[in-house]
Amino acid sequence: MNKLQQVFAGGKAFIPFITAGDPSLEITEQLVLQMAEAGADLIELGIPFSDPIAEGPVIQEADNRALAGGATTDKIFSMVESIRKSCQVPLAFMTYVNPIFTYGTDKFMKKCKEIGIDAVIVPDVPFEEKEELLPFCSKYDVTLISMIAPTSNNRIRMIASEAQGFIYCVSSMGVTGVRQEIGNDVEEMIKLVKEVKDIPCAIGFGISTPEQAKQMAQFADGVIVGSAIVKIIGQYGVDCVPQVVEYVRSMKNSIK
Amino acid sequence: MSNGHFGIHGGQYIPETLMNAVIELEEAYNHYKNDPGFQEELAELLRNYAGRPSLLYFAAKMTGDLKGAKIYLKREDLNHTGSHKINNVLGQVLLAKRMGKTRVIAETGAGQHGVATATAAALIGMACEIFMGKEDTDRQRLNVYRMELLGAKVHAVTSGTQTLKDAVNETMREWTKRVADTHYVLGSVMGPHPFPIMVRDFQSLIGREVKQQMLQKEGRLPDALLACVGGGSNAMGLFYDFVKDPGVRLIGCEAAGRGIDTAETAATMATGTLGIFHGMKSYFCQDQYGQIAPVYSISAGLDYPGVGPEHANLRDTGRAEYVPVTDDEAVEAFEYLSRTEGIIPAIESAHAVAYARKLAPTMGKDQILVVNLSGRGDKDVAAIARYRGEQIDE
Repeated sequence: MNKLQQVFAGGKAFIPFITAGDPSLEITEQLVLQMAEAGADLIELGIPFSDPIAEGPVIQEADNRALAGGATTDKIFSMVESIRKSCQVPLAFMTYVNPIFTYGTDKFMKKCKEIGIDAVIVPDVPFEEKEELLPFCSKYDVTLISMIAPTSNNRIRMIASEAQGFIYCVSSMGVTGVRQEIGNDVEEMIKLVKEVKDIPCAIGFGISTPEQAKQMAQFADGVIVGSAIVKIIGQYGVDCVPQVVEYVRSMKNSIK
Repeated sequence: MSNGHFGIHGGQYIPETLMNAVIELEEAYNHYKNDPGFQEELAELLRNYAGRPSLLYFAAKMTGDLKGAKIYLKREDLNHTGSHKINNVLGQVLLAKRMGKTRVIAETGAGQHGVATATAAALIGMACEIFMGKEDTDRQRLNVYRMELLGAKVHAVTSGTQTLKDAVNETMREWTKRVADTHYVLGSVMGPHPFPIMVRDFQSLIGREVKQQMLQKEGRLPDALLACVGGGSNAMGLFYDFVKDPGVRLIGCEAAGRGIDTAETAATMATGTLGIFHGMKSYFCQDQYGQIAPVYSISAGLDYPGVGPEHANLRDTGRAEYVPVTDDEAVEAFEYLSRTEGIIPAIESAHAVAYARKLAPTMGKDQILVVNLSGRGDKDVAAIARYRGEQIDE
């Protein structure tokens, strides 16, 4: 069993997102280690980008803080190496295509393999452009995660049939951010995926409360939470670790 | 498979949420570009509303002063709304209406594209919201008020560098929030396919007119074409019909800001590297980690860290040349054209005028140079006064 299968093997998965380097790489390292202990099944690490067009204000600000604090792709790779000395929680990078392409896609994926990154999520590489990354992901055994959105409709079949690892289901229209209401389209979306392929589906965008997580977990295999956690980090800064850990534990408990 | 390539450039690097929207747009565009009813409605608006064809004016005084090539100015500044932007906007808003959209959104830098979009939305009857960097709303206050007069809602974008790039980011985000009833009227030959092709097509009448007018006036093709390049729509519009005429030099003038050896520049061709951003593979000003660089130019319309993918390919193939022009040179050209020909050009277009002042004297008197005067400079007067140390309230 590879590490991504393991994410969904023990029941519903809780998948937190944090921006690497926000507020510092030291704190990010502590967050990863302690979120893993608190029950996170896979952790998404954002490599900050200057112009994250799929993000709402909360994660945009986290990216700004991380970049202003001096986080770079190389420093993030070093941090992951350090994490891997003591922690084997499955890890995915979430970033935009330009930081990968400009670093050198081959070099980037090679490095991912060396330091133990299991997957990459790249919101501005849709199905039609995945050849930009997929050959290099395959070469180094890094899973390229596919996304589907409420507007995907007739594209779901095509995307699902070639998806690997798990599918990132975007719950609602727009950018990342905390939402009061999440539509029921996403349940239909997952049904369609499962008709095509037996692959885990994790829902992201907008989820912040244990109640929402529990509701989503009724039909999804995993729940992804970003902005709600990044908000806590933004609020508490260097003192955020215990707050985030408590939040992650409560979210994981809600979907058990 | 990947669509809309120019050599290695182009593509559709956008979130999945927008994919069906751009596919639907491509299908609608491919249908209506061959639809006589649509084309006639657009042609009628271009003639009787925008005032086309625009004049090709022989700048006799400038020619005499520079003592070289004969200089013609393509007067896009005389179009309704004062720039070439109206050509593309009328096409896209008509298309959006045929697609059943009821709302248009757009980014704007200097405000010319925003004003043109607000104008077309008012005419055709669509809700309109414009996203403009906060720094640009300060630089171009009159244009903000103009857009509001036309019934548009203007959002001042406070993220990132608060300029054109951030306005594009925010318009893309808005489009992902509300795509069903909304068309994004992208203002340049950039972004994901089909925008670079569609915007070029809607602008390519500039070059077709120049060719016809030149054959009438001179009985031959010009030797060189000059246009300013930010994203590159007026340049692409001028160049496109001449790409297949190898005797015609195509020269794009980009904004060097305070100089290409400084950090305060927006000269993508001179200082940028290959990247993928805003939906396209092309050249971008960025650092070694692919973080998009904060760029600078006195011209809000050229203050953009990328360039359209077709331009990137024209550079790769050597078919077109791209030259940097500094703020100082552009401001001098702004003043020069005002005094010499009695035409106040947009500060964007003044970048092309500045290079014409360098190039014309190196050419023979029997040679011909066409400069695209992409917009008029009324919007820039206060900013130029400030540049010269005079405080003028707009």
